[in-house]
Amino acid sequence: MIPYIIPSEGTNDLGHDSDLSLRGNGSQPVVRVKNLNVFAGEHHILKNINLEIPRNKITVLLGPSGCGKTTLLKCMNKLTDLYKELKVSGSIYIDDDDILNAQGYIPEIRQRMGLLSQRPFPLPMSIFRNVSYGIKLKGISDKKLIAHNVEKYLREVGLWEEVKDRLNQPATSLSIGQQQRLCLARGLAVKPHIILADEPTSALDPISSKIIENLFKELKKNYTIILVTHVLRQAVRLADNVVFMYYGEIIEQGPPERLFNEPATEKLKEYIYEGN
Amino acid sequence: MQKRFITDKITWTWMLFSLILILTMPLIMGVGLYLKSAPIFEHQSLWQLITGSNWSPTRGNFGFWPFISSSLYVTILSFILAVPVCLFAGIYLTQFASGTLNKIMHPVIDILAGLPSVIYGVWGILIIVPFVSKVLAPFFNVTSSGYSLFAGGIVLAIMCIPYMLNMLIEVFNTVPAGMKEASLALGATYWEAVKHVVVRKSFPGIISAYGLGLAKAFGETIAVMMVVGNRIQVSVNPFEAGYPLPALIANNYGEMLSIPMYDAALMFAALLLLVIILIINLIFRYFIYKATQQ
Amino acid sequence: MRKRKQIEEAIFMFLLRVSTYSLIAILAFIIVIIFVKGFGALNPDMVLKTPKGGFYYGGEGGVLNAIVGSLYIAVGASVIAIVLGAPAALYINVHLVRHKRTRNVIRYLLDALWGIPSIVYGAFGFTLMLFLGMNASLIAGIVVVALLITPIVVRTFDEVLSTIPIGLHEASLALGSTNTEMAFKVLFKQGLPGFITAVLLGFGRGIGDAASVLFTAGYTDLIPTALDEPAATLPLAIFFQLGSPIPEVRERAFAAAAILTIIILIISLSARILSKRYSRSNIR
Repeated sequence: MIPYIIPSEGTNDLGHDSDLSLRGNGSQPVVRVKNLNVFAGEHHILKNINLEIPRNKITVLLGPSGCGKTTLLKCMNKLTDLYKELKVSGSIYIDDDDILNAQGYIPEIRQRMGLLSQRPFPLPMSIFRNVSYGIKLKGISDKKLIAHNVEKYLREVGLWEEVKDRLNQPATSLSIGQQQRLCLARGLAVKPHIILADEPTSALDPISSKIIENLFKELKKNYTIILVTHVLRQAVRLADNVVFMYYGEIIEQGPPERLFNEPATEKLKEYIYEGN
Repeated sequence: MQKRFITDKITWTWMLFSLILILTMPLIMGVGLYLKSAPIFEHQSLWQLITGSNWSPTRGNFGFWPFISSSLYVTILSFILAVPVCLFAGIYLTQFASGTLNKIMHPVIDILAGLPSVIYGVWGILIIVPFVSKVLAPFFNVTSSGYSLFAGGIVLAIMCIPYMLNMLIEVFNTVPAGMKEASLALGATYWEAVKHVVVRKSFPGIISAYGLGLAKAFGETIAVMMVVGNRIQVSVNPFEAGYPLPALIANNYGEMLSIPMYDAALMFAALLLLVIILIINLIFRYFIYKATQQ
Repeated sequence: MRKRKQIEEAIFMFLLRVSTYSLIAILAFIIVIIFVKGFGALNPDMVLKTPKGGFYYGGEGGVLNAIVGSLYIAVGASVIAIVLGAPAALYINVHLVRHKRTRNVIRYLLDALWGIPSIVYGAFGFTLMLFLGMNASLIAGIVVVALLITPIVVRTFDEVLSTIPIGLHEASLALGSTNTEMAFKVLFKQGLPGFITAVLLGFGRGIGDAASVLFTAGYTDLIPTALDEPAATLPLAIFFQLGSPIPEVRERAFAAAAILTIIILIISLSARILSKRYSRSNIR
């Protein structure tokens, strides 16, 4: 676990966690999905998915609505447990731990991933406690340490200046764009090295969307980002690696330059055509 | 052609009339009961009526405190017993239980809610009363006939559980799944997610459901009356008999016309029940609307 | 840290499960006890005969008077509740469909009305009877029980009507029907499962309630033949016989309790089955 520290006088540690990139071993994929199948009753939602997510890149899961992108993302975090009707089989390795069949402690594996959902879900508590919540879950109880980290992560998403005078107000008092950044800060505060983002800008106005997108470009230096979207242009703007899904299957994957310029399959060609 | 529109007019009027009649019911009831109980206010002040402990109708003394305190006692006792069970069952059914269990539980809750009060009373006499006198009382080293405030509280608790549970389920179901996911994704255990997010988010709704349960318990008559012993006394010992307000009304309707002011006193008791329960209902229903309509 | 969390979670999960399953256990316990005690004294005479001489000292007879009395009261009250309740629920969903505020206030008041205890209805009914110079009678019982169950019927029916999409109203009006025709031919038909549930729920509550009929319906060993005669009711038959010191009479109270429980179970189950069957062909 990466320790929470307050830096000594003079040094400025309000930037990124430089030690995050030391996790795991260098060139190995951060997330590996093997033979993943998901059924909802008779419906085969995800059909034998095999996938590797490269380190410190933005991987975009692209595809039309209802093709299973969100389900795939939720499998990575094992949030599929909440939906009793889903039957999940296969393995997903986060670093070296198979989260779907974990022997270890699932909440700790989940803390390696920050989640950003389609619309912001601030927890029913104050702005400050939204960010401190995850830190406390890690067993940190030192007040000064918590306050320091709350500020650090609110700064990291550019929210500190906007909220520093109203930290004790309920998080729902923020605008929806601010709420989404708060959710990002809250996720980063548990020191993950992966960010799972499920159409994080779909509920936001264009300016807030732009802020989130720019944050992602900044964050990918230190984090592996998996972004689900059905917006082709967003994929073009952000992707380092594209996975195109259609009806529960991965149709094509690769670098965006190749996929968007010379799509190999009819499905993707059609999708790009419609998107433009 | 004309006939259709006349029919329309008539039905329309009838519909409106029905609705207005139903909605003004509490007002009509309140006024009716007030008119009947008015004589007693000339006789004793409201404060004397509520706090007085002297109850001897033949001498014209009407102190309701023994009845009000008994009512409060059984209500609070039942509340303490029912609260954890409702909370836990509500959480389990909405957050963890499988679809099959939910399919089984819904009729179970429905039937529990639908069983008549008198059936709970019979069951209370058969099971709870002997249980109190033979098991609970010896355990606490007291003697009790079993017909006691404790027995009333237990029976009442069981009657209120389905009522409160139904409301709690509705409240818990309004917590968005995304909020729970957010908490889990930050590393909370399932229980922590429930404790920190689901319960917290539904807090106003939970309080309201309990408030309404309290009001229901306060007005429940037959079942409590069958097991509570019906002796006029102010007691802090739960193994002693009590005499709640609704039981007073139900037990004495026969003789109330033969003693002066007795009918006014009993109608005052009914008015008191109506006003207290209506106010509690209006307050907590308001909260529940606020809580579920977001 | 991790250990402590896991232990806490395990303890609470255990409590959650125990609480939930205990409800099934309690229901089973109640029903088994009532049936075991009740079936011991249950015989054809109980449901086929009215009390004969010496019945209350353990003599011949049954509780047919109470069964019939209860059915009369519950049926009569349900009819009144339908006549008042169904139009009121339709009004909320037809004429007030665009007045969200008014509708919410009305629902709020109806829900509060639902919470008034039956003993208060009984006491009010009693004052009303004195005012009108009536005696305890079948009609008084019917009216009071009707007042008691009407809010239930309205709210339950309304709940289902409110789920009908507004497009259906518009489609019907666009075809030239009046509001009333739309209300009865389209909404009522669509809301039929809710209507059935509502009526059965009200009926069940009416047949089982004791506190409201205690003052108003009286008690008699005869089957009432006119509206102004008193009527016995099943809950009161149980209540009075249970108060007897004679064991045989108490046994009969248990038998009557078993009969009442069976009636309630039948109503409960048929409400479920009927509303399921009728909701199949509906637009949602």
